[in-house]
Amino acid sequence: MTSSRLAAPYGQRIDRSRHLSFEFNGRPMNGHPGDTLASALLANGVRLVGRSFKLHRPRGIYSCGVEEPNALVDLGRGSTRTPNMRATQVELYEGLAAASVNCWPSVEFDLGAINSRISALLPAGFYYKTFKWPNWHLFEPAVRRMAGLGRASDERDRDRYEEAAAEAEVLIIGGGLAGLSAAVAAAEAGADTLLLASSPTLGGALGWQTDPEIDDLILRARRSGVRQMTRTLAFGIYDHNLVCARETLHSPAADAPAGGVLRERLWKIRARTVIVAAGSFERPMIFPNNDRPGVMLAGAAEKYAHAFGVACGQRVVIAANSDSAYRVAASMLAAGVDVIALVDRRPQADIGTEGVPVRTLMSAGIAKVGGARAVEDCTVISTELDGVRPERLQCDSILSAGGHAPAVHLHSQAGGKLRWLEESSMFVPDGAAPGVWSAGACAGLFSRDTVANHAAELGLALARGLAPPPAAVGGAGRSLAATHVPGLAGKQFVDLQNDVAVGDIGLAAQENYVSVEHLKRYTTTGMGTDQGKTSNVNALVLMGEYTAREPAEVGTTKFRPPFAPVTLGLLAGRRVGSLYRPLKTLPAQEWHRARGALFEQFGNWVRPAAYPRANESLESAAQREAGAVRRAAGLLDGSPLGKLEIFGPDAAHFLDLMYVGTMSNLIPGQARYGLLLNENGIVVDDGIVARLGPQHYWVNTTSAGVERTAAAFEEWLQCEYTSLRVLVTPVTSRWGNVTVAGPRSWAWLAAAGFDPALAPGSMRHMSIQESSLDGLPLRVLRASFSGELGYEINLPADHTEALLERLWARADEFSAVPYGIEALEIMRTEKGFIHIGTDTDGTTLPQDIGFARALERKAANFVGRRSLLRPAARDPNRLQLVALSPTDGRTLLPVGAQLAAALPPTQTEGHVTSSYWSPELNGPVALGLLARGTQRLGESVRVHHLGKVIDARIVKAPFIDPKGERLHG
Amino acid sequence: MMLIPCIHCGPRDESEFTCGGTSHIARPGLDQSDEIWGAYLFFRDNPKGLHLERWRHTQGCGQWFNLARSTVTHQILSVYAITDSPPP
Repeated sequence: MTSSRLAAPYGQRIDRSRHLSFEFNGRPMNGHPGDTLASALLANGVRLVGRSFKLHRPRGIYSCGVEEPNALVDLGRGSTRTPNMRATQVELYEGLAAASVNCWPSVEFDLGAINSRISALLPAGFYYKTFKWPNWHLFEPAVRRMAGLGRASDERDRDRYEEAAAEAEVLIIGGGLAGLSAAVAAAEAGADTLLLASSPTLGGALGWQTDPEIDDLILRARRSGVRQMTRTLAFGIYDHNLVCARETLHSPAADAPAGGVLRERLWKIRARTVIVAAGSFERPMIFPNNDRPGVMLAGAAEKYAHAFGVACGQRVVIAANSDSAYRVAASMLAAGVDVIALVDRRPQADIGTEGVPVRTLMSAGIAKVGGARAVEDCTVISTELDGVRPERLQCDSILSAGGHAPAVHLHSQAGGKLRWLEESSMFVPDGAAPGVWSAGACAGLFSRDTVANHAAELGLALARGLAPPPAAVGGAGRSLAATHVPGLAGKQFVDLQNDVAVGDIGLAAQENYVSVEHLKRYTTTGMGTDQGKTSNVNALVLMGEYTAREPAEVGTTKFRPPFAPVTLGLLAGRRVGSLYRPLKTLPAQEWHRARGALFEQFGNWVRPAAYPRANESLESAAQREAGAVRRAAGLLDGSPLGKLEIFGPDAAHFLDLMYVGTMSNLIPGQARYGLLLNENGIVVDDGIVARLGPQHYWVNTTSAGVERTAAAFEEWLQCEYTSLRVLVTPVTSRWGNVTVAGPRSWAWLAAAGFDPALAPGSMRHMSIQESSLDGLPLRVLRASFSGELGYEINLPADHTEALLERLWARADEFSAVPYGIEALEIMRTEKGFIHIGTDTDGTTLPQDIGFARALERKAANFVGRRSLLRPAARDPNRLQLVALSPTDGRTLLPVGAQLAAALPPTQTEGHVTSSYWSPELNGPVALGLLARGTQRLGESVRVHHLGKVIDARIVKAPFIDPKGERLHG
Repeated sequence: MMLIPCIHCGPRDESEFTCGGTSHIARPGLDQSDEIWGAYLFFRDNPKGLHLERWRHTQGCGQWFNLARSTVTHQILSVYAITDSPPP
């Protein structure tokens, strides 16, 4: 049975003068510009396009739109391979390559077809019942392999995706008669109107035939300034009339340019009002083997004929439950197709059959479909007791006209309600949703004139802000709710994509999964990539039949975006690769790179971990650098360190409220280390607070915590302590920080020209001075994280590189080196200094890390104080910071290793938090958190790591220079 | 994604804001019991309907303000200054 091209005027969309070559399952074929892949396949006589999900039954093209359940293909090759594309939505292009999904080795000879033979073992919910003994894990890999349809590419997607925003006063979703009528009326009334149409052309369901009214509307739309976007599918309505739509720009090209193409654009559109004119879907008829290739929706066959010039069969039978079947019959006859019979389930039709010279059988249904791979014949029976005898009809195509299902998805997403229209057996919107109105078929209006008039009135009213007219819901004539004939042999499919049959719905009812949400999940009806567009209504009607409920009582499942599948690329947009998580770089990054820096990510900063020389590993470089700093001098780029300037008459009092320590009694020039807590008393940040003047503080925070800390300060000032006069200004990127440390650090700075007022003799440790170097303003803080004599030189950020160069020019004289984060970590661990988030976690309180006395000394209230009075905060068994050393003096204690006095099995008493090899001590140094740690100085403890035990002792910190002579000497 | 009417900048996308949860919660004093302090830290009402909440326009003016919103429909009923009492 072949399909064939119809002569002009059929084929409104295709350009017969040009040909496109493409491949399907490796077979070369031809089509025309304007074809979809589906229409081209039909024109090439392809009837078998895929195998069904569970039972691997042969399937053909079923529809002509987004609701397609069967014709899924993997499109393209290599990095442009896109799985599970609907052949009905793919616009044909030169060099297209497509392959069937879910079949092996081929769609014609699929080994998976064995599933059809054992279908009795695979009813709905089979995985809860079968394949369990002796152990379901044995079957799990095979069952998992069965799931899924297409195959995704392994390669990186080189194409690009964009995001754009738009606004409109009136947004119209749908470019058919209703959409165009509303858009024209709104625009002619002066509203800023935007219309979205998912197809390449306007006109909707009427657009594939010449229609003067549509042509006129398109012209008026252009003249009145309606903004239009075609190939743009609105897939979701979100809060406050945010509509998200996918604009398809460029099909995957057979030979894509190297940089990829802009494939899709995500539109985020805010609209004052939305009119949904999304049309309706056709409901399938239910009869045995209604999934055979050759069974198709009636309206789809009509559209293939008119729009694409393809006849879907030569000898068709129409299974009807709607007056639309008669229009299709007339249409098919006019195209030269032999309509064998029209089999109407209903006792009578509303439109007369006189004008349609087709043999019509009323109160009749299809009892059997012959043909294993495609329709070859069907058997018709009467549903009346004394009706005609069963009759077999030779045919190659069965068109299904089961009624209409308005596309109420977007209306429902927006919170709109539905009601069941008894006569036409369809759900229609029950009034408008907030800010979202429906027009045309999706509102339940099917008469042409009514649609055009109502849509125009609606567009005008919404443009002017007047009361919108109610929709005169007329329905689409009489259709029965349920169309299956009970008591027939053979599978009667409800959901084609997930292989859900009438029997499965009965099974769900029998097992008491009677709520519509349970029905969906137990049978998987409506859960495929088509989301039940051709199955949901039939399924809930059937469930109603089984449980003696009306369809309205059964109800619909919740409608959620997206309306149609969207790619992850569309949602990610440009936020991929290096833009996924933008990293911050140092002002002098190139200078560090030229000195041989090995960069690593610390938080979202890129910083030198070390400066390895030739043949040096990161670890040995860090050892060398730390040694050099302790012996001579080194410089570190500390620019990421968080910096805040706090101003105001109440700045001192405010900092006392924020910090554990007291900051109000700092005299100008003095600095103090402080801890910040959250309201739970947990340590969240630390840093040095320096006083520059009576109302001026310079606050350092951790590099990762500065934004969080500034936000917390703002919250306290704006929401709680609203009468305090304080300004908080984050200045991290404004000031660079060059940190110089080591016994020769001052000599080095002096040689480079720094003011002698900064010398250790005249500038105390933990003090700050405003200074300058050749007119460049500086804020110099004498502080030390390394434990050596040290200076943090803050300067305007864009001068950082110049200062580094200036110091570097004299570095050799002082044996000075650049040092990175790894060396710094070694040195601070040697001194027992903590790193927030490494030596502390989400349970650490200030008294756990040695701040008990500071708490006692401070009388004033501060953030977190109240939580420190809770019983858990006073538990003596809390984890406390300790210094650790292995008994053998050689074994590096692994970070994260658990601490316990006893051998396993035993309770953990803590863990190792920081651990490094000390170049100065030539041995390991470590910090950890240990229960009652401060009471256990000198005790032994065991370090447990991956089955091994290392003996260690709690020792006194710091490991180096306990009196701090290097700082003060 | 809601459209939030910032008290200074006008209607902006929700992604520009940080939500601060329920508003008008009085912080208990230092002398209150552990139970009252714990309720302040960890317990919040979850009303169906009117919710008075505070938001910060983090990606804009950086200011905190109050909002009255329906948790059912997300309709925003009013916007008022962070230090004001809710309108009647």
